[in-house]
Amino acid sequence: MGGTNGLLLLPLEGESWPPGEHSFDSRPLFPGVLPDWVNNHAAQALIGALLVILFWWWMSRNLKTVPTRKQFVGETLYSLVRNSIARDILGHDFRRYLPFLLALFSFILVNNLFGEFALFMFPTFSKIGYAWGLALCAWLLYNLAGIRKKGFFGYLKHATLPAGVPKFLWILIIPLEFLSNIIVRPLTLGLRLFANLFAGHLVIMVFVVGGTMLLTATAPLEGFAVPLLKTAGVVSLLFSFAIFALELLVGAIQAYIFTVLTAQYVASAISDDH
Amino acid sequence: MLPLEGALGPLLPEHPEELVIGIVLFLIIWFVAWKVVVPRFEEMYAERTEEIQGGIEKAEAAQAEADAARDEYRAQLATARDEAARVREDAKAQGAAIIADMRQQAIEESSRLLSNAKAQIDAERATAVTQLRAEVGGLAITLAGRIIGESLDDDARAARTVDRFIADLETQPAGRA
Repeated sequence: MGGTNGLLLLPLEGESWPPGEHSFDSRPLFPGVLPDWVNNHAAQALIGALLVILFWWWMSRNLKTVPTRKQFVGETLYSLVRNSIARDILGHDFRRYLPFLLALFSFILVNNLFGEFALFMFPTFSKIGYAWGLALCAWLLYNLAGIRKKGFFGYLKHATLPAGVPKFLWILIIPLEFLSNIIVRPLTLGLRLFANLFAGHLVIMVFVVGGTMLLTATAPLEGFAVPLLKTAGVVSLLFSFAIFALELLVGAIQAYIFTVLTAQYVASAISDDH
Repeated sequence: MLPLEGALGPLLPEHPEELVIGIVLFLIIWFVAWKVVVPRFEEMYAERTEEIQGGIEKAEAAQAEADAARDEYRAQLATARDEAARVREDAKAQGAAIIADMRQQAIEESSRLLSNAKAQIDAERATAVTQLRAEVGGLAITLAGRIIGESLDDDARAARTVDRFIADLETQPAGRA
């Protein structure tokens, strides 16, 4: 394991059975030379970011009012974030938050799709550190947006005290709302993204690694004959394609949900009334 | 091998640096989106909106122009109709005037001719009367002489003489006597 070629190996090869938490460990790229956080997953996050930047740079070059085929693709993706997420949720203020949401959506989407593509076969956000990082960014964004709009205490009041709550309930409502709006939101954002990809990747590994082991079985296992084991391996590998398709969908949905919720939190932080 | 600790398990990052890497990479993408991507797209959208709006305005201007041209054409047509009607009325009036004029002239001419003819007839009649008078006198004298030259006692002879005289008159060409 490890070494400079770790990134280029078929990443599911040589997995130990059963797959588990240890399957998500990063491989340091230069063990002993550079710190351990310079690892394959950091590299793929970097590649993901570069891909996103290159993609948008390329797509936004020479934009014409009458779109070409290439521009049509770019515009479709751009307007998904711009119109379906930012404008629909944030209304006329959407332009200010659009770059953040666009970066968020495309960065998460690309890294999630890495879970289903050779070379990586690993969704970056199944490493929770990256998910916490984005959740922290989203948390800062919506809180700062609220503070900017209403001032620090104005925002705190807005975020923790819904209009029309009777005074004797304040002692109950204010901590609850604070917990829900300030503490829990970033936690659920990060956890949701992480858990979906973590679980999805684990399922994929069960089917791919387990299927491979069954297919390459040479001795009866737990009383099952070798031909039966091989058949089960084939079925398992075939079924893994369905799981891959599902994970593609999940990856796209999670990117969308993370972005939509961030926009939603910003909208509620800067809304005029509850 | 696992730096993950206790109850939190995979909920703690394997390396705390993951957080920083994720944030830094995201911020870089954000910066590019903020400074480059979104402005480029928004500029294009604004241009597109402007172009469509410009197209609509152009179409509206063309429509207005067409409306103006149509109104002008209608106005001209109405003027032309009025003018045609006026000309027709004029022509009618003029025609009537000409006819009345001609009639008047014809009446005057005919009455002039009539009076001329009358005057001529009167003059000829007068001449004829004068001539007749002279002739009738002469004839009367001749007749009387003949009557007297014949025997006056025979009434039958006298009557024959008169008859003969008249017959002579009839055989003689008019105007000679």
